[in-house]
Amino acid sequence: MVQIFIDEKAYDVEDGITVIQACESAGVEIPRFCYHEKLSIAGNCRMCLVEMENSNKPVASCAMPVAEGMKIKTNSEMVVKARKGVMEFLLINHPLDCPICDQGGECDLQDQAMAYGSGISRFVEQKRAVKDKNLGPLIKTHMTRCIHCTRCVRFSEEIAGNNTQLGAIGRGEDTEITTYLEEAMDFEMSGNVIDLCPVGALTSKPYEFVARPWELKKTETIDVFDAVGSSIRIDSKSDKILRVLPRINEEINDEWISDKTRFAYDGINNQRIDRYYLRNSEGKLAEESEENILKIIHNSLSNTKASQVAALVGNTLDCESIFSFKKFLDELKIDNYDCRQDDSFFLPFQRFSYIFNSTIKGIDDSDLCVLVGTDIKKEAPILSSRIRQKFLSSPKTYKIFSVGNFNLNFVVDYLGGNPSSLKKLSENKNSDVFKKSKKPIFILGQGAMCHDDAADIFNYCLNFYQKISKNIDWNGFNVLQTFSGRVGALDLGFYNKKNISRSLIKQIYDGKFEVLYLMSADEINFEKIPKKTFVIYHGHHGDKAVKRADLIIPMSCFTEKEGIYVNLEGRPQISSQVKFPIDGVNHSWTFLNKLSKLFNLSLYSDHNDLREKMFLNHEHLSYINQIQLSKINKNKQSKFKFSNQEMKSNISNFYMTDSVSRNSKIMSDCSLAFLKETNVT
Amino acid sequence: MSQTSFKKIAEEKIQPKDFSFDRDNMLLAKKILKIYPKNFKESSIMPLLSIAQNQNNGWLPKKAIEYVSDFLEIPEIKVLEIATFYSMYNLSPVGKFHVEVCTTSPCMLRGSDEILSFCEKKLAIQEGGISKDKMFSLSRVECLGACVNAPIIKINKNYYEDLDLNSTDKLINNLLNDKKIKIGSQSGRKGSEPRKSSYDKKR
Amino acid sequence: MIKKDNIIFKNLYGRDDPFLKSAMKRGDWKDTKKILKKTPQDIISIIKESGLRGRGGAGFSTGMKWDFMPKSRDKQHYLVINADEGEPGTCKDRDIIRNEPHKLIEGCLIAGYAIGATKCYIYIRGEFLNEATILQKAIDEAYNSNLLGKKIKGSNFDFDLYLHYGSGAYVCGEETALIESLEGKKGQPRLKPPFPASVGLYGMPTTVNNVETIAVVPTIVRRGHEWFSKLGRKNNTGSKIFCISGNVNTPCNVEEELGVPLKYLIQKYAGDVVGGWDNLQAVIPGGSSVPLLPKNLCEDVLMDFDSLKDAGSALGTAGVIVINKNTNITKVILRLSEFYKHESCGQCTPCREGTGWLMRMMDRIYKNGATAQELDLLQEVTKQIEGHTICALGDAAAWPIQGLLKHFRNDLLKKPKKVDKVA
Repeated sequence: MVQIFIDEKAYDVEDGITVIQACESAGVEIPRFCYHEKLSIAGNCRMCLVEMENSNKPVASCAMPVAEGMKIKTNSEMVVKARKGVMEFLLINHPLDCPICDQGGECDLQDQAMAYGSGISRFVEQKRAVKDKNLGPLIKTHMTRCIHCTRCVRFSEEIAGNNTQLGAIGRGEDTEITTYLEEAMDFEMSGNVIDLCPVGALTSKPYEFVARPWELKKTETIDVFDAVGSSIRIDSKSDKILRVLPRINEEINDEWISDKTRFAYDGINNQRIDRYYLRNSEGKLAEESEENILKIIHNSLSNTKASQVAALVGNTLDCESIFSFKKFLDELKIDNYDCRQDDSFFLPFQRFSYIFNSTIKGIDDSDLCVLVGTDIKKEAPILSSRIRQKFLSSPKTYKIFSVGNFNLNFVVDYLGGNPSSLKKLSENKNSDVFKKSKKPIFILGQGAMCHDDAADIFNYCLNFYQKISKNIDWNGFNVLQTFSGRVGALDLGFYNKKNISRSLIKQIYDGKFEVLYLMSADEINFEKIPKKTFVIYHGHHGDKAVKRADLIIPMSCFTEKEGIYVNLEGRPQISSQVKFPIDGVNHSWTFLNKLSKLFNLSLYSDHNDLREKMFLNHEHLSYINQIQLSKINKNKQSKFKFSNQEMKSNISNFYMTDSVSRNSKIMSDCSLAFLKETNVT
Repeated sequence: MSQTSFKKIAEEKIQPKDFSFDRDNMLLAKKILKIYPKNFKESSIMPLLSIAQNQNNGWLPKKAIEYVSDFLEIPEIKVLEIATFYSMYNLSPVGKFHVEVCTTSPCMLRGSDEILSFCEKKLAIQEGGISKDKMFSLSRVECLGACVNAPIIKINKNYYEDLDLNSTDKLINNLLNDKKIKIGSQSGRKGSEPRKSSYDKKR
Repeated sequence: MIKKDNIIFKNLYGRDDPFLKSAMKRGDWKDTKKILKKTPQDIISIIKESGLRGRGGAGFSTGMKWDFMPKSRDKQHYLVINADEGEPGTCKDRDIIRNEPHKLIEGCLIAGYAIGATKCYIYIRGEFLNEATILQKAIDEAYNSNLLGKKIKGSNFDFDLYLHYGSGAYVCGEETALIESLEGKKGQPRLKPPFPASVGLYGMPTTVNNVETIAVVPTIVRRGHEWFSKLGRKNNTGSKIFCISGNVNTPCNVEEELGVPLKYLIQKYAGDVVGGWDNLQAVIPGGSSVPLLPKNLCEDVLMDFDSLKDAGSALGTAGVIVINKNTNITKVILRLSEFYKHESCGQCTPCREGTGWLMRMMDRIYKNGATAQELDLLQEVTKQIEGHTICALGDAAAWPIQGLLKHFRNDLLKKPKKVDKVA
């Protein structure tokens, strides 16, 4: 701790921080544009100048480290003059077109001009005009408004780290922000530059001229488009979601979100299932009444042996939906259900085998990283950026191995693409690195866990990890889940405990079942389901499944209900209700309640009752935001067989991974622009 | 002011389809890489761009920027930043003789404005322009750092100093006729020594 | 004023051959072996006591700068030579490089030895291609004679010297911009602290010195700090190359003692002002970045750091730009405003936006004259830039205009009679 004086008051502040941070902790406001806590210090806007004793010039507080006895003035004449001057310089070439600017009302430049500007323009020369850049379907540019703070450039370099980066070309007043020859910003985190831009130079293309910030209802919630569970805020107006913004959460997403999180929202209202359908004798879907639908399902389940019924839940379902469904199936003695449409490997009842044990923050503490079959940049861009930051902070010492050939945003030691390359980990040249490592992390992606050799890969890695790990307080053995509903479903036990072989999907294709009940499960190959199987689809979007489904039941989508999701770390979080369900649609448990009544099964009185019953069996879900750490269980396998089959990511089109993002026009524009393929998932 | 005239990326139709270092330049490039620490390859970016520019008749096509980006494994935008930041890189074609007239104050005080307009007339091109036969391009530049030998013209790699209208005329004629030209002072003095120059005789 | 014997740059004008054999005849590389037997700290002390102040513009004590370098040798130290000469009115380093390259190379070796740098880069402006070719040849000679390279002259000291070419950016003359540029980035000055002595080139301790500063070091070390400190005036010791350009009869470079009267310099070496001394309007005494001095102040001002500071200007690089009464002085300063606008790196707000504003105002004033309010605004804008930028380029853009306003305000208020050419 050092003592410094801010405006003649003494403060004890942490050693090593900068003056601007000290002022912040002292509650003294310092205006700024270029400074951003998560980015490197640029010191270029000069808005944060303060007076420092023994300096005849004001100093940039964002770049000046605190020192014992330092005397800072933040409101002296020198400072006021400096700020006013800088403000004027920023405004002389700024178009001042706030009335037609999307940033209006939430613009740093606008706010600070009100506070520190002069109100009159003395600039009578011609203002600079800068050509707008075409940066793709997500980012709209108005480059004349740019104040050259370079936040976006630093973000693209330091956090995103994609091949297509932003830069500032030219020099002096002709400096312009652009990508190389205006290539589209095709990286998974590009949308964050919109938030970072302190003016209206980079704005959201889909949100262009849509609303003013003060008209919006702001709902704090979490993202469910991947398993990270980023903290977000959804801004809506009446019944429409208009935009998604990140919330700061140091433990998960810092203050970034991926482009899917940010822009897939428009898929929520498209292609919704809002009534009941039944496939008629001509093979066409026709609307049906709820009453009849209930009867048909009741009949069909009553007349089918439990062993002839299979059920699957989708990848983005909340725990309440999964729990109520499971209970319904259990009471009907139906065993053949699963949450893994991808046959992903895990060890039943052993939580460590399917979660990210080190926690996301653990990445920051780690000193070595081994990636196994994960295209982490596409599967969890937030984590990938976190690893990149870790890597950049110690590029010489932080080593990253990758088994699996992927285009990542940090430098890796590529060991090979197939599982047998794992053996290279134990080569002599690497032994030193592992010997030195105190906090290694292993990240096993779905490319490994969905691989035919998944069990061998998993156990081999586990063995290796245990061999090199010395620290019992450190669990760096991670499995990277890619779907928001998966950990919750595994926690709730939505799998067949009597038969844990990875064969349910094959059995479905083989026609082992007469009835298949899909709750929002869209990711299997529907063409492979035999015609004789009666397929019930209970979901919210008219996606892949409806082409095959014989009976369709509507349900509410995640923004229309409150629900618990467990993220890849095993952290239960609440996803809030943003709006009411669309007409004719309800929570899935209300339909199951009606169905249960016909079967004389137990009922829920309301959503709370459902939740209470769920907590009774799964207490850990009630500890919102808390992670129950898991211990590794020993593994006895010592012989391994590996094939030469390449490990491939389960996500080939980052922009379309579920029924909502597949129905998003923005995501489809991205796919078209960046991937030149639309139907791949 | 058109000091940025050769800074615009040349239009597509004159962009070459390909670029790579020729054998000599490849050797040179590898030699340059060696003078910087291994993990700071980026340091070679400026010298490599200069080599590329020399090889391509004094300007940098897109393919050269991309080539250097590949060569050093640096994002293309970083290379473009450098190519647009430093004034010696041209992104559009220049003449066989790229005439750069210094017009900063010390040169201005000794008549560089007259020299510049003389060049414009003589070469029949505006500053920032290139002649139809691609023999000459003309550019106004900032201080070339030979102020006591003002006014100065830089043509390709060489400085021509202590100029007046007569010696400029002679200089350009000699270029046109492919005659040998003396580099440096055109008034006959050695370097920056204190001696009477033709400038004074004229006045 | 300066005695022939005390002149350091005997071959400033290139009348003699620049290369090793001739250089050694002129006394370069004498006793290198002996010098490398001194301790590094001894050499730093000699330079400190000689009173040598940096010749690149700021005039900071060279010995002190060297002393800032960490004394432990566990990290790679770098010496970087600033040969990115580009300050309008300045062309001294060019002469050193092409005519006295061995003085520079020897200086690099000694300085490198003193600060524990085994690697040195000379950052030379790209336009000086012919000069660089000479320097490279001289470097090759030095390598071949074991004056550079491994175990120099039987010592345990290894020293490598590399040439790095700039590509046209005045701002790279600022030491941290130069380091950035050397690292292959845009030449945008760094924030200080940290200073290069702790975090410099490639993150390592680095000293950046001007060509002239380093080139005088061997002579000082050989002839002793007393000899050097007797030249010039107190706190302003030694000799220096002055570049006299503009409206003089014989513009030239000349080495003189610091403290030489400006009038003497102009009349003795540069053949007086064109049209005679009385035709003098003003002098910019230290390169374009310093405020000008009107004629009355030029009469007896001395050319050294402190005297010029007292006169409201600065020695800077000692590039003396002489402006006579036949010249429109607004145009001279306008040209400088254009220069700074063109050379602003664009990183920080006041300089990026301010230099363009200044230039446009100056252009208007040059063409149409100015009202008192306009001049007040011009002055205020210079004040809004000055002291608020990351590097000194902002100050450099402000000072010439401030000098103009201070001494020629009344002239500016008059409507211009005739504009000779649209700028």
